[in-house]
Amino acid sequence: METVWFCLVAVMIAMYVVLDGFDLGAGAVHLFVARTDAERRAVLRSIGPVWDGNEVWLLAGGGTLYFAFPALYASSFSGFYLPLMMVLWLLILRGIAIEFRDHVQSLVWQPLWDGVFSLASALLAIFFGAALGNVVRGVPLDRAGTFFLPLWTDFTMGKDAGILDWYTVLIAIAALATLAVHGALWIALKTEGELELRARRIAARAWWGLAASVILITLVSFQIQPQLKASFQARPWGCVFPILALAGLVGARLMNSRLQELGAFLCSCLFILGMLTSVAFGLFPYVLPSNSDPALSLTVSNAAAPLYGLKVGLMWFIPGMLLAIGYFVYTYRSFSGKVNLDDEAPY
Amino acid sequence: MDALTVHRLHFAFTVTFHYLFPQLTMGLALLILILKTMAMRTGNEHYNRAARFWAKIFAVNFAMGVVTGIPLEFQFGTNWARFSKAAGGVIGQTLAMEGVFSFFLESSFLGAFLFGEKRLGPKAHWVSAFLVFAGSWLSGFFIVATDAWMQHPTGYRIGGHGEILLSSLWGLLLNPWLFWQYLHNMIGSVVTASFVMASVGAFYLLTRKHEESGRTFVRLGVIAGTVSTVLMAFPTGDGQVHNIVSNQPPTLAAMEGLFHTAQGAGLVIVGQPDIDNRRLDNPLTVPNALSFLTYQRWKAEVKGLDAFPPDRWPDNIPLLYYSYHIMVGLGTIFIAVMALASLNLWRGALYRSRPVLWLIMLMLPFPYIATTAGWITAEVGRQPWLVYGIMRTLEGSSPHISAGNALFTLIGFMGIYTILAILFLFLVYREIEQGPERPEGPLSPAI
Repeated sequence: METVWFCLVAVMIAMYVVLDGFDLGAGAVHLFVARTDAERRAVLRSIGPVWDGNEVWLLAGGGTLYFAFPALYASSFSGFYLPLMMVLWLLILRGIAIEFRDHVQSLVWQPLWDGVFSLASALLAIFFGAALGNVVRGVPLDRAGTFFLPLWTDFTMGKDAGILDWYTVLIAIAALATLAVHGALWIALKTEGELELRARRIAARAWWGLAASVILITLVSFQIQPQLKASFQARPWGCVFPILALAGLVGARLMNSRLQELGAFLCSCLFILGMLTSVAFGLFPYVLPSNSDPALSLTVSNAAAPLYGLKVGLMWFIPGMLLAIGYFVYTYRSFSGKVNLDDEAPY
Repeated sequence: MDALTVHRLHFAFTVTFHYLFPQLTMGLALLILILKTMAMRTGNEHYNRAARFWAKIFAVNFAMGVVTGIPLEFQFGTNWARFSKAAGGVIGQTLAMEGVFSFFLESSFLGAFLFGEKRLGPKAHWVSAFLVFAGSWLSGFFIVATDAWMQHPTGYRIGGHGEILLSSLWGLLLNPWLFWQYLHNMIGSVVTASFVMASVGAFYLLTRKHEESGRTFVRLGVIAGTVSTVLMAFPTGDGQVHNIVSNQPPTLAAMEGLFHTAQGAGLVIVGQPDIDNRRLDNPLTVPNALSFLTYQRWKAEVKGLDAFPPDRWPDNIPLLYYSYHIMVGLGTIFIAVMALASLNLWRGALYRSRPVLWLIMLMLPFPYIATTAGWITAEVGRQPWLVYGIMRTLEGSSPHISAGNALFTLIGFMGIYTILAILFLFLVYREIEQGPERPEGPLSPAI
């Protein structure tokens, strides 16, 4: 039962990254891809009806993590206290920027919020990447299963590593590249004309950085976290996840250059899902490894809630998520197609 | 300041600021639904215009509610790690259910409601308004269920290592405490929305702008406000007091400023609790009334604080006492104001009666104060417990977060929320200034 919930939480988080990832990525490239006010409005309009729903995956995923693995929730959220608070501030500023940008017509107001939106989106991609890096590297858990990390120390990986060291910074850069490509492909899918061309070009250029960083982090990660290698050796069928990721990565490139926008975007989704499921598979049964003593690591069994809660949780979780997926299909269908700024103005 | 105090202030500040927004949107969702229904039934475009105007106010408030709401779920883990570890298996259920059942619903159909009026047509648009209403009230249910469990834990057992285990999901969701608390809270949000709507309407009538809309807003606000302010006192407020009487007797004594057990206890209207001397200074009491309200017998015995060991007393009795009295006092004033306005409305004199319109307009901040005071009563009244009777507040905070770190982030939140508050007031004032009869422009918020 713990394993079922491990998979469900992993899928929730992966869905969050795929969905909110494209609007974060669109934000990260916003200033480069869209030059005029109309173009910037088009970018915002492309994520307007969906970004809030995408962010709900973070809340729902967090809630699911909370009740299925309370010890993990408590340990990781308090241990990453400072960066998480900054993530919250960035989420606040970003949401406000999207919502308030078009309330006032001024040559200062819009560029100000465009800047806030773009910077906050890029920083969120970096923070989320660094968080993932910390989970893979491990944290200094004590006997009570808790820890507290400073933001950074000397950027080495030793015993006193901070949240930012060279490895987690590397993952953060890879995350930014991933979401930049993902967001640019979304913009290419949803917009037309000059904007679409520029988005496609940015996706193509950023792809090279992405491919390089993916190769680098894959090589490094296997050195840093021995559990990854052990997992794939013990259960070779798990190689399907990295293969999917690779297929997505290559596919995104090919489809983008062949102007198959939807295909390219879906390949990028596949790439992100493949990468995250690879990490989850590779770390299993750890949910938060210790970097000092492996015996202190949090695992699916010692961090999970008791059986009754997990069982009864499944009873409402499955119908609830089926409903949620239904709403998502409905929303994405009703706002499908290219953004048209002359279309009905929302209020 | 010690770390525990800062953690408590951290949550208190962020949750109080957050709840300024949902308390309007939940009630407003209902009033917007009423406006949409009136538009459907009468075919009068005027009601659709009114609904569209309030949808704009709703959207700004909703966005504020979303961005200030995310930190709350995070803070259970960041600042209250020991509590989360012990009780996450229980309250994580309701918090996750909120995400799965209400946030997905709300966020999906808010887009349809705000963006899709022409595309959807009147019927489907009404349905989207209904689903936004349902999602927001469902969200309120899961949050109040979480709080109700902390006030009066049900459906749990204590495990071998002192951890709190869920033993019955229905016990959690059908907590007897929850019924009155939920209704009291939700009707409170209708009170806020009614006063806000009536207040904006009164503003239009007083400034002689958008007068047709102003009359509709005042009428709907006063009618909904009259019904909801009365329901606030009875039966929901009364029911909530009985929750406390049966389950948190030291809290009742502290709220009422009753230091000594008494038969035929008096109801204190004003007075200052004097903790050092354990008495109420300068009291003005209605004899025997507390006994009657509590047990329906004039001479019934009501337990005072002296009946309980001091380590079970709420740790800030003056704050609890004053919050409770402010809430009840304002609630009484609300009933009086709404009764006066209804009387004028019924006689057909309300729209011309400038003093009454002034009164309605100036009431705007007070439902927010009353709601905040009510929640302070509930949460300070729960002390010294985090989960009533099973986990003390000082056992719940995160072990490794120093007072300095927590203070740093608290000050950070205060700074960001100050900016948000300024932006919010600026944007809402602009919407009100432009009014409902503005032609639809090409520009629009993105949500």
